[in-house]
Amino acid sequence: MATATSVVPDLAWTKKISSPHELADYRQALLAGMDPDAPCIRVCCGTGCKAVGSLDVLEAMKAAVAAAGVDVKVMPEVKRTGCHGFCSRGPLLTFQPQGLFYQRVTPGDAAEIIQKTAVGGELIPRLLYKPPGAKEPIAKVGDIPFFAKQTKVVLQRVGRIDPFDIRDAIAAGAYEGLAKVLSGMTPQQVIEEIKTSRLRGRGGAGFPTGIKWESCAAQPGRHYVICNGDEGDPGAFMDASVMEGDPHAVLEGMAIAAYAMGSDRGFLYVRLEYPLAVQTLAAAIRQAEDLGLIGRNIMGTDFSFRTSISTGAGAFVCGESSALMSSLEGKVGRPRAKYIRSTEKGFRDSPSNLNNVETYANVPAIILRGGPWYTSYGTERSAGTKVFSLTGNVHNVGLVEVPMGTSLREIVYGIGGGIPNKKELKAVQTGGPSGGCIPIPSKFLDINVGFGKLAEIGSMMGSGGMIVMDENTCMVEVSRYFINFLVEESCGQCTPCREGLTRMKETLTRITVGEGREGDIEMLEEIGTFTNSFSLCGLGTSAANPVLSTIKYFREEYDAHIHDKKCPAGVCKPLFYYEIDPETCTGCGLCRKRCPAAAVEGEKKKPHTIHQELCIKCMECYRSCKFDSIRIK
Amino acid sequence: MSESEAICCQEPEVDFVVLDRIIHEEFGGRREKMIMMMQTIQRHYRYLPEPALYYLAQVLGVPLTKIYEVATFYASFSLVPKGKHLLHVCTGTACHLRGSGGMVRHVAAKLGIAPGGTTPDMKFTLETVNCLGACAVAPVVVYDDKYYPQANVGKLNEFIEKANAD
Repeated sequence: MATATSVVPDLAWTKKISSPHELADYRQALLAGMDPDAPCIRVCCGTGCKAVGSLDVLEAMKAAVAAAGVDVKVMPEVKRTGCHGFCSRGPLLTFQPQGLFYQRVTPGDAAEIIQKTAVGGELIPRLLYKPPGAKEPIAKVGDIPFFAKQTKVVLQRVGRIDPFDIRDAIAAGAYEGLAKVLSGMTPQQVIEEIKTSRLRGRGGAGFPTGIKWESCAAQPGRHYVICNGDEGDPGAFMDASVMEGDPHAVLEGMAIAAYAMGSDRGFLYVRLEYPLAVQTLAAAIRQAEDLGLIGRNIMGTDFSFRTSISTGAGAFVCGESSALMSSLEGKVGRPRAKYIRSTEKGFRDSPSNLNNVETYANVPAIILRGGPWYTSYGTERSAGTKVFSLTGNVHNVGLVEVPMGTSLREIVYGIGGGIPNKKELKAVQTGGPSGGCIPIPSKFLDINVGFGKLAEIGSMMGSGGMIVMDENTCMVEVSRYFINFLVEESCGQCTPCREGLTRMKETLTRITVGEGREGDIEMLEEIGTFTNSFSLCGLGTSAANPVLSTIKYFREEYDAHIHDKKCPAGVCKPLFYYEIDPETCTGCGLCRKRCPAAAVEGEKKKPHTIHQELCIKCMECYRSCKFDSIRIK
Repeated sequence: MSESEAICCQEPEVDFVVLDRIIHEEFGGRREKMIMMMQTIQRHYRYLPEPALYYLAQVLGVPLTKIYEVATFYASFSLVPKGKHLLHVCTGTACHLRGSGGMVRHVAAKLGIAPGGTTPDMKFTLETVNCLGACAVAPVVVYDDKYYPQANVGKLNEFIEKANAD
């Protein structure tokens, strides 16, 4: 991984902010030094863009600005920011104040961008985004449907500020919520405001946050405030992007929670696989402490709150609250039965409040603008907005924040831009590995996404992963994949989860290799229902969802595997083969070149053939064919 | 990486000064920080050497069985040395849908090792990882700490050839 020199400004010499009002003065002073119309280039350095080389783009842009220095009246500032959200078009950059959006930028484009766009004010058409099917590219961020159709509350500063410089965050309004709390709200008032907002936990279970805080605050003893950044759902990266792009929102939310519950100590439990999030959070804590916004006597008041980061060690089950607390204590992360809630006896046997990253990130805005404002978004049962990570077979992969209750159609087609390669949409999987697959295109395309609705149709909100699956997805194999994941991640202490998952995995594996038997489906249903009913923790009680939901909605696919020994989607290798259609094959030779097993043969401009005994069914030919000539048989 | 290159092929001499620094200076000798101590030890040696765990047990006053329990419960810990080159294939859902499962099977078959295993010549270790959060550029592989977006079987063959040529 390329490591750019990320300079974290040292603010240790700065005078600490000594009263809540002084924060406003400090912000004004920062804003006075900034010209809102000054050119600024924001380079996305979130994990997605970093993977495609955005750090090199950042360095190249900085070098290009420095080189062009003499010619430019106002030097554009090149800023490293968190995730812009539109991950599939990375590396991304935006150009302020015009609000231009350049995508798939390479370091080689840097000089041209500075010369043409910064100096000459011209657009570079090849770097503009063109929506699928459109003739003309779109120049401005605000005109791109992917961005225009979103409502940003949690992500309001993500992608706008430099996460390594607290001054940038403060200028954009960070810690104003905390200042408001500390300039006269009582802990009870804070809790009431959160209750009014009807904010529900964003980690999966959707427990009302205000009620959780209230019950924790009512307990005697030292209280702990813990943030769950162990985003283990494969295919979900919302929390990562918040921690990477606006760590201060999380810290501020935790500090407000600590104030409401009379706590002075917090912990952030972050997934080991998110090294960037650990870096941004660590820098944010240090700078906030330097300015007196976190730590002892925050903003000169009697309120103190210290927080530190612990990293996970690669266990999905540690996203469960009691397992996470056990892991924080340095032990194995096994959930416990919750006859006594963690809000009474959790971390170190003390009252502990655990919320997810996104939940905390919602808090400052709710305090600042009020609970009623928050309820103006969303539905009766699910207030506010929700961040989804939209991935899988969809044009616009990325982070999407929409009001609760937005329809799947709007998310997948309106924002996501639909399914690539002219394929049919088959299902949307929500709720992580223990969520369910929602079949589409049936009536469900227009359901409103919220806590209640998803549960009704056998899936769940989960933390917000949303995986779009096209016609080439085998639902039996998907269900085997999730169950396999859960077998590996089950802690193994309770029998229904440990044994139930193992038996389901064995059965599903048999079905996917063509050894399915009569009665397998019924057995899966029975084991699945049992596992969901009698497991100890949240992992087990939702573990069978992928199996039960796919059987419910895609039973004919199970039947095809078991009775006809066919995989209609062309995924389960022993149950299909590829064939080239001689009618439509043009003999372009692309598949022959791409095939890693040298299984494709044919003369130029004549129909090719596949040697079945050599074919490893890796899908390369199928994916590369431009004429749709490779058929699944 | 030059340090780890030198030690990756033999049982390392465990440096107790280094262990003391990790246990006491970095983490204040606190039992609660044991997982993070083990992570730091693993970063240093690229696995958890047995003598280091004995020492950790002694210093923290924790039974060795508890340390073994933690080391085997969490996926990121390894009790055996890793190869010189590390290949992580992301098997998160988005990567899985775009064929990462086939890539893992391909490498495993080609090298004759299971995921998590290392070739006998200690050149190559194959690992899977649940999700790297780079779903937009799936399937993603990380080879020697560098991300490779939209990887395919051909790319992996290149890595193996390069590692073998070393």
